[in-house]
Amino acid sequence: MNTFINGLLRLRRGPWEMVATILIALGVVMLMQPFAMVLFTYSFVVTLIGTVMFIIVSHFPE
Amino acid sequence: MTDPIAQRVAAATPPRLAHRIRGLSDRTIAWLFVAPTIFLLLAVNIFPLIWTIRLSMTNFRTNRPNNEVEFIWFENYQKILTDEDTWTSLQATAHFLIWTILLQVLIGFTLAYLINKKFRGNDLWTTLIVLPMMLSPAVVGNFWTFLYQPQIGLFNYFVQFLTGTDPASFSMIGEVALAPWAIVIVDTWMWTPFVMLICLAGLRSIPSSIYEAAECDRASKWRQFWTITIPMALPFLMLAVLFRGIENFKMFDLVVQLTGGGPGSTTLLTSIDLKREAFEKWRTGYASAYAVILFVTVFGLASIYVKALNKVKDR
Repeated sequence: MNTFINGLLRLRRGPWEMVATILIALGVVMLMQPFAMVLFTYSFVVTLIGTVMFIIVSHFPE
Repeated sequence: MTDPIAQRVAAATPPRLAHRIRGLSDRTIAWLFVAPTIFLLLAVNIFPLIWTIRLSMTNFRTNRPNNEVEFIWFENYQKILTDEDTWTSLQATAHFLIWTILLQVLIGFTLAYLINKKFRGNDLWTTLIVLPMMLSPAVVGNFWTFLYQPQIGLFNYFVQFLTGTDPASFSMIGEVALAPWAIVIVDTWMWTPFVMLICLAGLRSIPSSIYEAAECDRASKWRQFWTITIPMALPFLMLAVLFRGIENFKMFDLVVQLTGGGPGSTTLLTSIDLKREAFEKWRTGYASAYAVILFVTVFGLASIYVKALNKVKDR
């Protein structure tokens, strides 16, 4: 956990890609789930943030 | 010594052009070669994408080109993401996507595993299994519509043979509960061979020496399967899932031909919904916003997947 937080603070690719991946996956699940309309409404914003973040952080150093 | 082909090319180049090229660096010449491709890519992919994003923030309608186009920012996105019908359509897509990928991977890998064993008529079976993939989706959709007919369809008689149900008592493409499964069955029938081929390539790439070493270590067949076959075929399996996932997210032709999105909107996948918005209701701005949402979703998923694939390959 400490390594992960350190990686985030030092702007390392691995942990930031992990955060972006979780956001994208969460957004897609929110988009397609059949339970709550409010999750569907905010799904696109979450996916978009995750995708843009993924593009940016994939240029961070290892 | 210079390559004779290069010498011939140099001799055939007109002196004026040769003089001009001589002044250019290797980097510039490389850019000159790549430029037409980049130009095409920009014109065919990037420009329409930017134009779609721009349109998604307007109230433009293609059937009313003379109307004044208003810039409405994110209103279309707001409408889509609060629309119950769009939500239902995405749920139908999720059902289709999850089940087709699951079935295709399971059946495709099993078939590949069996075909990979040496037996008589191996090539003939491979050709026969691959046949559905070579057919046009329109043709497949059309003849499966006949197969699903309650009175004359062979599928209903096959179900009767297995379960004893009266063939006229149910309609695969006419009933709300069965139609989503009808499209899953057809897509699985059509595209499992594709997954099988990719898995077969993966299985054939595993060196036999690894299995021989495992035999020497007295590893059981079951252990060999889980510790050699699956890990080494995994990148290929993931590639198959990526290809099928993206394709099925965009699925249109097969389902239109089979059910047309019905009954009601039970098989109204997102691409069919999008087409209706764009070319039946002519809400171009709204449809563009819808397309952008789908694009971002597929792009995000593909990014994760490519990352995972690279990790598996680097292991």
